[in-house]
Amino acid sequence: MNSSMAEAKATTKEPILQAEGLTKAYENGAIPVLHGVSLQVYPQQTVALCGPSGCGKSTLLHLLGGLDAADAGEIVVRGQPLRPGRMVQNMLRHQVGFVFQLHNLLPDLTLTENCLIPTVAAGVPRAEAMERLHQLADRTGLSHRLQQRIQKLSGGERQRTALCRALMNRPSILLADEPTGALDEATSRQIFALLLELVDREGITLVMATHDRALAARCDRLLEMHDGKMMDGAGSGARTAG
Amino acid sequence: MIFLRLILTNLSRHRIRTAISVAGIAFAVAAMLTVVTILQGAVGMFSSLLSADSQIVVFERNVADLFFSSVPQSAMDAIPTWALVEHANPVLFGIVASPTQPIITCFGVTATDTRLTRATWVAGSDAAFHAAGQATGKVEDSSQGADSVVLGERAAEFLHAQLHSTIALGNGHFTVGGILRTRNGFEDGGVFMPLATAQRFFHKQGIASVVTVKLHHPSDAAAFKARLQREFPTLIALEDQEFNNSYSQFKILKATAWAVGLAGVLMGGLGVANTMIMSVFTRIREIAILRVNGFSPLQLTALILGEAAVVSFTGSVVGLGTGVLAVMVLKSVPMLHGYVDATMSPGLLLAVTALATGTGIAGALYPAAYAMRVRPVEALRFE
Repeated sequence: MNSSMAEAKATTKEPILQAEGLTKAYENGAIPVLHGVSLQVYPQQTVALCGPSGCGKSTLLHLLGGLDAADAGEIVVRGQPLRPGRMVQNMLRHQVGFVFQLHNLLPDLTLTENCLIPTVAAGVPRAEAMERLHQLADRTGLSHRLQQRIQKLSGGERQRTALCRALMNRPSILLADEPTGALDEATSRQIFALLLELVDREGITLVMATHDRALAARCDRLLEMHDGKMMDGAGSGARTAG
Repeated sequence: MIFLRLILTNLSRHRIRTAISVAGIAFAVAAMLTVVTILQGAVGMFSSLLSADSQIVVFERNVADLFFSSVPQSAMDAIPTWALVEHANPVLFGIVASPTQPIITCFGVTATDTRLTRATWVAGSDAAFHAAGQATGKVEDSSQGADSVVLGERAAEFLHAQLHSTIALGNGHFTVGGILRTRNGFEDGGVFMPLATAQRFFHKQGIASVVTVKLHHPSDAAAFKARLQREFPTLIALEDQEFNNSYSQFKILKATAWAVGLAGVLMGGLGVANTMIMSVFTRIREIAILRVNGFSPLQLTALILGEAAVVSFTGSVVGLGTGVLAVMVLKSVPMLHGYVDATMSPGLLLAVTALATGTGIAGALYPAAYAMRVRPVEALRFE
């Protein structure tokens, strides 16, 4: 993605996702993780969060997705302050998809059943859900594996399944936590290319935590984190990686 | 569909654990059904014993047990003469022991009692009973001669008695004047004595335990009760259904049956609770994944309770089948002839199923509440 396009995305639209002064600590404050992190992400941007292990990338993603609550600070999603409870639940159903390093699929279910879980939660009619699944399976090359149990899928196939599942309810934001971290390099490149292709085709905003700087370099923006802080100015602008 | 698949997948993942839970509920349901059925059979038998060809039972007011009831001779004499009454039969209940049997129920009845006239005579006849009825004065001198009694068929079996043989009952010796077969297990295992003989034997001269009454018109029951209340205020008259509903012994028996059954079902429910707790605790991560994918706490609760419902309902169905089979087997045992009421009303089956399923679901409430509180981010990070 070139810088002018990234800047255009940043300047022509309101942020789809904002964080202001996020602070988070575990063990009753004994383990501080985030220190006043602020961030603005614009629609259809692809943003890579980079930094050493333990710098707070995953925690930030969890807070942005409503999986955990910040000790201080505010998150705004599509102009609405994020509140725990029903709002988070609706966001997880309709606006945000998650992809994790470990695929987090249910091993006893088939690929189809795993992908239908978000649609069951959201009450999407089965026919509509199946149509969407076939569409995503075509794009991810999984059409021939739909009835396979997860245990019989390769690592790459599992992560593609996780990607399909995350996109089933057409979220506008995809939060990916080291999505290729458990894959070999070749598979990692394939999955990441697929991820970028899908978010581009579907107009999805991607925020991805990764150690892989080569992958991060292919995103619109690369944000550096260190010791629970965003590096100077990283979160607010539209700085490009390339 | 996926929801059901999730439920079944979770259960099939630990088949043995699930099977043990199902077996626990099934055992509880079968036990409950069997106990309730047997006790209902016993209650039904006693009830039918009182209501043989009658609509009303007269006995002493406020008595705890019919064995302690005293209906005086004056009432026994008066009631049959009332215009409303078609016939009235006094019965004296007593318990006696034999050298081989600690408890035998004795019925002191008159020669015209329908319990005798409607029975099937296996040996002897009414004549033998009439003869025994005329020989009532010999009981007090029973060491020197034998009185005549009539045995139920099962009583004859366990007393190893035949027609004209002599049996020992309490301190007396009696000649078996007849053996009869009735459809009532109590009667079949009992000894019939002429009323006067029984009164002397049990030292209750001039007393009956109850008088069973048949009216010319059942609609005259209220008038009969009013007259009894007026003329014999120490006695009470209850129609058969009233008696069944109010007799304290029946209430105790029924309550015991349900209490035993409930205890069984409660244990089964605890089994389900244990299974569901294990099920939830061993898949915290899975629950977290569902939460991340948009499952609400309510949907998770439905999932957990759904699993419990499947286990409980399956257990109930298996238990009903087992229970029905057990009742059939018990019914075929000669010793229990007449004691087992194999007619299970749809209401009973429904009540037992609902109770077991409900208990199982209740057992899953805590695991469901726990699942609702799972914080996905912690579960995903640490497990």
